[in-house]
Amino acid sequence: MAELPRVPIGRWIDSAVEWLEENAEWVFDYTSDFLSWLIELIESFLMWPNPLILTAAFAAFAWWVRSKPFALFTVLAFPLIDSMRLWEQAMSSLALVLVASVIAVAVGVPLGIAATRSPLVSRVTRPALDFMQTMPAFVYLIPAIVFFGLGEVPGVVATVVFSLPPSVRLTELGIRQVDPEVVEAGHAFGSPPRQILTRIQIPLALPTIMAGINQVIMLALSMVVIAGIVGAGGLGAVVLRGITTLDVGRGFEGGLAIVILAIFLDRSTSSVSERAFRRQHAGN
Amino acid sequence: MSEIELQHVYKIFGPHPERSVRMLEDGHTRDEVKAETGAVAAVIDASLTIERGEVFVVMGLSGSGKSTLVRTINRLFEPTSGRIVIDGTDVTGLGAKDLRQIRSGGISMVFQHFALMPHRTVLDNAAWGLEAAKVPVGERRERAQAALESVGLADRSDAYPGQLSGGMQQRVGLARALATDAEILLMDEAFSALDPLIRREMQDQMLDLQEGLGKTIVFITHDLNEAMRIGDRIAVMKDGRIVQVGTAEEILQDPANDYVASFIQDVDRSRVLTAASVMEQPVATLGPHEGPRAAMRIMRENQMSGLYVVGTRRRLRGAVSDEDATAAARRDGTIEEVLTTDVPTVAPDSPLVDLFAPAAGSPLPLAVVDDEGILLGIIPRVTLLAALAGDSNGASGADDDAAADGVPAMPTDQPGGEGSVPHG
Repeated sequence: MAELPRVPIGRWIDSAVEWLEENAEWVFDYTSDFLSWLIELIESFLMWPNPLILTAAFAAFAWWVRSKPFALFTVLAFPLIDSMRLWEQAMSSLALVLVASVIAVAVGVPLGIAATRSPLVSRVTRPALDFMQTMPAFVYLIPAIVFFGLGEVPGVVATVVFSLPPSVRLTELGIRQVDPEVVEAGHAFGSPPRQILTRIQIPLALPTIMAGINQVIMLALSMVVIAGIVGAGGLGAVVLRGITTLDVGRGFEGGLAIVILAIFLDRSTSSVSERAFRRQHAGN
Repeated sequence: MSEIELQHVYKIFGPHPERSVRMLEDGHTRDEVKAETGAVAAVIDASLTIERGEVFVVMGLSGSGKSTLVRTINRLFEPTSGRIVIDGTDVTGLGAKDLRQIRSGGISMVFQHFALMPHRTVLDNAAWGLEAAKVPVGERRERAQAALESVGLADRSDAYPGQLSGGMQQRVGLARALATDAEILLMDEAFSALDPLIRREMQDQMLDLQEGLGKTIVFITHDLNEAMRIGDRIAVMKDGRIVQVGTAEEILQDPANDYVASFIQDVDRSRVLTAASVMEQPVATLGPHEGPRAAMRIMRENQMSGLYVVGTRRRLRGAVSDEDATAAARRDGTIEEVLTTDVPTVAPDSPLVDLFAPAAGSPLPLAVVDDEGILLGIIPRVTLLAALAGDSNGASGADDDAAADGVPAMPTDQPGGEGSVPHG
């Protein structure tokens, strides 16, 4: 049986990467410099106070944003991280998650809004997002290393790519779900499009947009371990060392710290979303 | 002076809008256009003139194009062809900025499902149009509060829409529309989502407000009773075309086609039709200088048992019965001696529903008189009943008496009918 001719997709990708490496190196350099500066800034901010003081701040935030039991959880869980001697790694991972999430949201939300206004953007982004979500996360690491070397920056870049889709999708969904009659009322009273976006569509889509942001953060956190492979450090590196040295106990400790971070980030961001929802349905 | 004028407005949704308009202009039907181009003709060749201060109702079933038609007035839907002139300005050619200005100051709108912003307070909702018009915050709040006051919601300005009942929410919608001081109000099925009692209350409130404000209101509804109740004039739409424009009475009495006729079958005619629309010329009256003998002769000739007596300029003086006229003639008396002056009269604008009680209590046909007591016409009981039955023989008949002829078999108008129905 005749073999189908080989379509050299891999080679095309290689040469595209090569071309970018040669011609757009300065872009990557600048990006790299900026990202590592940003991560270091946040890392040093998180590691500067005594862990217990920071725990108290987190607990206060937890209380304000959600509830007393949630604050209690924070008070117990964060010192546990410190007592496992994983505080610095945890804060480093947290910094990476925050930077990646902020970038993903800063790109994703406007893209989602653009998708609701232009059918072309919507048509183009949808398959692109499908592609980004289904491609195994490890694959992003390869070009990230090529462009940015080892360390935290490729970790952040891969994390951004991996966690971006929900913010685009849920922003688009949220805005499309806003009652068309309310939007029409905005037009009918002569409001300019910007006012309709900022005072009707975004506020009414906020619960859904916040749910998207919550998803972004959770995906970013799940990418932390993988980012450890490219030398991003943090808890990912702890878990990875546990795997390579078959140190079950240490691996479990790293995993537990990730779970604590995950619970904290998930509960606090989902409360913001629920609050936005409740405010809109006051009295119902 | 006309406030809104629509000239041959078309609105086509879908592909080939221009070609579809040309086809429709050449006399093709809506279905043919749909088959040929795939386009949906929502509004076809609509021409209307809506007067200042008028409550103009556009009525039709869903899919008749009424909502689309009204949305072309403030160009929420861009008309495919035709012109819309508001207060002398052709709005079809306005740019985005001028259009926004008209929407925030000249034309406001009330929506079927209220379309309030759930995240804003009642006051901020009412102020929305003023916000778009960039009115300063202080004045904005003041005017929004005044508008809320006019709809009776002054004390709920800090509430959120979700905390209010449907009727109250729509009052916020109404306040939002009134706050901008727009001359024109477009009301899209504004009361259709409310339950019947509240709907009626809102209709009354709107009519009350309208009396003081004198806005030009374009009101869309699928409910004919609502249309007849609030509309000065009504346009009936079907399949994108306006099939008839007229007052409630004109439409009831003279439906333009079978569609309108079938539509008005269920209308409560007794509330829409007025005394003036069904009254007839009296066969005979007794003039100012005629005496009892003349009265007897007139009654004999026309086979009547009573007669209305009028003075100069046909001012109604009273009525005289055959017996009294005969008695007065025997003793050579005057009409004045036997004149009954407390005859029941009705005003020309009384709805038929208010005529039953006086008609039942009077042996004579009801007298319709104007403010100055001038006799305008009479309504025999049989005419009243025929008008309610609304059978097409009567309604489309050429002469006034046809209505009465239409119901020879009506069993209700028996003289002395009281007690004639056997009990048990």
